[in-house]
Amino acid sequence: MKPFAYARADSTDQAVSEALAPQTRFIAGGTNLLDLMKLQIETPAKLVDITRLPLNGVTPRDEGGVSIGALVPNSDLAADRHIIADYEVLSRALLAGASGQLRNKATTGGNLLQRTRCYYFYDTATPCNKREPGSGCSAIGGVNRILAVLGTSEKCIATHPSDMAVAMRALDATIVTQKADGDRRRIAIGDFYRLPGDTPHIETVLEPGELITAVELPPKVEGARHLYRKVRDRASYAFALVSVAGVVVMDGDTVASASLAFGGLAPMPWRNPAVEAAIVGKPATDANFAAAADALLADAKGFGSNDFKIPLARRTLIASLRELTGK
Amino acid sequence: MKFNINGKTHDADVDIRTSLLDLCREHLGLTGSKKGCDHGQCGACTMLVDGRRINSCLTLAVMHQDSEIVTIEGLGQVGDLHAMQDAFVRHDGYQCGYCTPGQICSAVGMLGEVEKGWASHASADLTAVELSDAEISERMSGNLCRCAAYPNIVDAIREVAGKGDRQPVLEAAREIGA
Repeated sequence: MKPFAYARADSTDQAVSEALAPQTRFIAGGTNLLDLMKLQIETPAKLVDITRLPLNGVTPRDEGGVSIGALVPNSDLAADRHIIADYEVLSRALLAGASGQLRNKATTGGNLLQRTRCYYFYDTATPCNKREPGSGCSAIGGVNRILAVLGTSEKCIATHPSDMAVAMRALDATIVTQKADGDRRRIAIGDFYRLPGDTPHIETVLEPGELITAVELPPKVEGARHLYRKVRDRASYAFALVSVAGVVVMDGDTVASASLAFGGLAPMPWRNPAVEAAIVGKPATDANFAAAADALLADAKGFGSNDFKIPLARRTLIASLRELTGK
Repeated sequence: MKFNINGKTHDADVDIRTSLLDLCREHLGLTGSKKGCDHGQCGACTMLVDGRRINSCLTLAVMHQDSEIVTIEGLGQVGDLHAMQDAFVRHDGYQCGYCTPGQICSAVGMLGEVEKGWASHASADLTAVELSDAEISERMSGNLCRCAAYPNIVDAIREVAGKGDRQPVLEAAREIGA
């Protein structure tokens, strides 16, 4: 690990002010950052320890919905009674990710910002545009079984590894931040992540030194059925090959509303309004579910060893919709 | 830096980069916790920090100066074993033994989570948890055993869970020290 300076922040204002120094990273759970620092993939000059900040509550909001502090550990969020009752898809997604030990440490804000597990991002002996901009992508034409089929570019085909973020995308979460100059902003999760394009090393719209302080969820969807279906190589403790987060409301045999997000397929938690449009206001039939899968995968592109993800995503979506609609 | 480990205060002058695991193993002579992968993948380094099981390889010692830390040495010693250690011995819940300290600390932490009513990926109902073998396997998936002693590990944990007379972790650590 490269040497770094360490500062512990006692307030959010102090944390963002400490982060004005170049090459600073906030550290909370540290489960991904320290992993990457040991491999010298991340080499921050300074760490700001934010674990003492009062950002660890799950609290109802006056306008409805809930505010989740950025430091709420994944375990505690999954076990929160309010989350289980009103946002079960989020509990399910959290419990499908990582291990008990990691969930006890990993935080809500950190989970949103975890980095890809692309083999080449981790292998410092190989080119990777995300790790070293301009060096090339080893995954295109290489081993890419776990990598993306949607939203890729010629520079990068990495997947975002989070389960939690997929559920949050389905729940229309808003990410609340504080910038180094003290300004706060609220960013819809759909606007938070960036596709790789020519700059795969820039993954979100966060500015240097900008701190996630909370994630807000809108009021619960009344009468909804929730599902998080994760397909992976092992029964437990493995990243998703494909995952589906769904929140669906039925009106008799008709799909009244649907919110669907996907993991394992793209560089960000994926959502495409055309998928939902293919089923909303229509009878819950396999033909309509197939149309939703067509919409999801219309632009899908495999890179060899991940070609299987395209039919797998299709079948996983259709199976998920059958379960969500009671078919 | 000052640390509270197994009920005792320890002073150590360590590099800021030192993980909690390396602090214990390399500086304080607490070599019970093992370094397997050093990347949070194997669970051999599992300790109980403020009553919660974590991967001690993936956290910095400097961030835990006011935490209550319990390692395998603090759970129990020869002649005065923690119920989980005793059950692992009787059920032969290991072969080479390298993953065992992490397995035991993890199992103790895991039963604490069950006591709090935390569900798992194996739970059909997130509000009513019953500790089936499938639940034990899922909840212990962060601890790998290359000797594959899993059936006996599950037996040991099931027995301790069934007894419901686990020693409270921190209390045991304070009594025994290390």
